[in-house]
Amino acid sequence: MSEFRWHRKDLLGLRTLEAVEIRHILDTAKSFQDVSLRSVKKVPALRGKTVANLFLEPSTRTRVSFELAEKRLSADTIQIQKTGSSMVKGETLKDMCRNIESLKVDLVVMRHSFSGAPFRLARHLKASVINAGDGINEHPTQALLDMFTVLEKKGKIEGLNITFIGDILHSRVARSNIWGLTKLGANVTVCGPKTLIPVGIEKLGVRVTYDLNEAVEQADVINLLRIQLERQSESFFPSIREYATAYQINKNVLKRAKSDVVIMHPGPVNRGIEITSDVVDGPYSVILDQVTNGIAVRMAVLFLLCGTAGTETEE
Amino acid sequence: MADKERKVLSEADVQRALIRISHEILERNHGIKNLVIVGIRTRGVFLAERLCANIQTIEGSKLPLGYLDITLYRDDLGEIGPRPVVKQTELPFDPTGKVVILVDDVLYTGRTIRAALDAIIDFGRPKAIQLAVLIDRGHRELPIKADYVGKNLPTAKEEQVIVKLSETDQTDEVVIAGGSNE
Repeated sequence: MSEFRWHRKDLLGLRTLEAVEIRHILDTAKSFQDVSLRSVKKVPALRGKTVANLFLEPSTRTRVSFELAEKRLSADTIQIQKTGSSMVKGETLKDMCRNIESLKVDLVVMRHSFSGAPFRLARHLKASVINAGDGINEHPTQALLDMFTVLEKKGKIEGLNITFIGDILHSRVARSNIWGLTKLGANVTVCGPKTLIPVGIEKLGVRVTYDLNEAVEQADVINLLRIQLERQSESFFPSIREYATAYQINKNVLKRAKSDVVIMHPGPVNRGIEITSDVVDGPYSVILDQVTNGIAVRMAVLFLLCGTAGTETEE
Repeated sequence: MADKERKVLSEADVQRALIRISHEILERNHGIKNLVIVGIRTRGVFLAERLCANIQTIEGSKLPLGYLDITLYRDDLGEIGPRPVVKQTELPFDPTGKVVILVDDVLYTGRTIRAALDAIIDFGRPKAIQLAVLIDRGHRELPIKADYVGKNLPTAKEEQVIVKLSETDQTDEVVIAGGSNE
């Protein structure tokens, strides 16, 4: 266990974190795993703190995971969603911040469809801000729980071949994972149709391939990205069926994979599109472990940030 | 730091104290039935392991042993500052109905023990909790008292009591550092 001490006010992305900070979060998360296994699933660490969950874009698993993490730390929580909030009445983000400040909230968890929105919020608020997904930019806690799950299953991250398959272009999960995994020394490959791989992504230190078989063969971990049907307003591929023919992970494709390959998916899963049901429910899948680990990782982040309010905000 | 260190317990003293405490625990509880030992991280864990080994030598069987990290139960978490490092709590038994021997190195303000009591009670309802410490240095801020004490050590608040154990510090000894004593 490192003797490193956490100093940041916010968790906005993994791009700006140092490797030592990422490791510290993952180490701390390990200590929070057992809280969810006790008969009393609660510790008093955040007693008296108030957390606002500002989910301005639909979310179920991230929102529920954060809410449970907050409750297991004894924080008081409020939920603000887009429908039914003053956002639909045209309130600006800045005015919303001022109101949150006046409510004496200690920590804000924010999901927003605009990339960069939580960064803006963090600059205006004394409270800590956690980015729970901003547009196509970052989703740091998802990447951290993915990394935590890899560590749990493989015992290490350094030197592993980790492959992302699917819609890399719209994926904040992939982006945060790439920042984090490359800092911890993994070899990252991205694979998908050309239209869904951002131009110049090699500059982040990842390998690009358009060939699914090749992507699968060397992989220690395969992280599948959901085809985001809600973001497919332009046509990036001819049809869902054609996408599935070329890039679906199924029993046949996995015959080429290593015998100890681990299959991950941030959810929600489109069964029969990017992955077949038999693989989702099969022995390589750790998709439900990811969900369980998400709570421990988010508890660790909440714990580390709470108490640093009033310190410097990163740009 | 030019602070003088004053040795108060030698390696043999530490061992003797732990053997005496082991016997006292057995005497008071009439054997090992229903007993479990829980060490508070970090040095309480090593002391708990040693008490456990001593009791095994005396009685011939091993007590269930657990480790407690009390960070999440501290009463100073609300204060602004970097978060302390959280280590794992491992209680491989249900404390309900058991007599829990809680072990720490130094008893000082009593706040660590207060946190440990809350932590244990979140895992179950023990029949009783008894406290064993190597050093009681006084200056309590809470109404807490140890059941088994290696050595009572009157100290000044400015002084520092340092317990060294071979598991982390190469040697077993207890020293007092700092303060204004000539």
